[in-house]
Amino acid sequence: MAEKKKLPSTFFNMVVVLTLVCVVSALALGFTYSKTKDAIAQGKINKVLAALKDVLPEFDNNPYEEKSTRKEYPGLIFYPASLAGGPVGTAVETFSGEGFGGDVRLMVGFTSDLRINAISVLGQTETPGLGTKMESPSFLKQFVGKDPAEFKTTVKKDGGDVDAITAATISSRAFCDAVNKALNALKQEAQQ
Amino acid sequence: MKLWKEFSKGFFKENAVFVLLLGMCPTLAVTGSAINGLGMGLATTAVLVGSNTVISMIKRFIPDKVRIPVFIVVIASFVTIIDLSMAAFVPDLHKALGIFIPLIVVNCVILGRAEAFASKRGIMESVVDGLGMGLGFAFALTLLGSVREILGAGAIFGWSFLPEGSTTILLFILSPGAFITLGFLIALINVVRRRFA
Repeated sequence: MAEKKKLPSTFFNMVVVLTLVCVVSALALGFTYSKTKDAIAQGKINKVLAALKDVLPEFDNNPYEEKSTRKEYPGLIFYPASLAGGPVGTAVETFSGEGFGGDVRLMVGFTSDLRINAISVLGQTETPGLGTKMESPSFLKQFVGKDPAEFKTTVKKDGGDVDAITAATISSRAFCDAVNKALNALKQEAQQ
Repeated sequence: MKLWKEFSKGFFKENAVFVLLLGMCPTLAVTGSAINGLGMGLATTAVLVGSNTVISMIKRFIPDKVRIPVFIVVIASFVTIIDLSMAAFVPDLHKALGIFIPLIVVNCVILGRAEAFASKRGIMESVVDGLGMGLGFAFALTLLGSVREILGAGAIFGWSFLPEGSTTILLFILSPGAFITLGFLIALINVVRRRFA
């Protein structure tokens, strides 16, 4: 088999070689998948846990264990936080499909009187250097501690109070859209 | 010395981006920042070294008529392995490069080296060729990303040297800036090449 000449392209040779190559590849892929599966899942959980810590007021329960979803708000995940048994707020994992380069996913932390405590960006694929600035503290800090009753969470161009990122109005709008989704859901909950 | 020649040609004489103009899709699309360019370049290098090695190892057992499907299976497997490993160990970079990692499969630099080099040469040479070509590609992408990030965002590798809120040339971050920057860099390299030739 290992002589200098290449294998002739007979039907039998082609089928055998291609099948062998595919089988070996499949084994290699299966092995990699099983080795990385846990690390990938753990990475996702760690990101959520870090975000929860960032956006919620001080808490001593495990919001990740108590998370819930609602039929009425597809895609949103609610993480209730409590301190010494009393509720202190809720973090909402929310998203917007109106980003410039794909979905924008946020974790928005609310106190129990529906003020925005803080916001953390879970995932976005906006333009590097423009829309990606939504992760910068200078953009995020304008939401901290704001009461949505007084601070309208849409960009100034649309009549709201949010300073949009320069040259990234679409990304800023998507950001506000995601925040508002979370806010409206919580408001509706509160009324019920 | 011969190996050194195979290695160094990827940087200058046969640089995939500036001279051969191969792999333009990732070149133009991901170089909005220096770190993205570097990450994409290194991921491509890893795939290229892996696929070159395997293909030069099995080249005698591949019947000519099915060589392209075999190359593609080998390349796609390496891409998926890199994709999963990056998702597991460097999730942030993986996130930033997004769709472009799976697209390494169709990067013509890789299939091109498999067809033109690894399927004809020995293992050592193919490894070195993959390293040189890949690092040359990474070098080009990082250079392009740095220029665009400096001009467009006033930063380099995410480190901003301009005060908050200063005006930058946004055009360079956006897609047209990729074409403009690449054009000027190629022109520059051509001038240098002519001087030395």
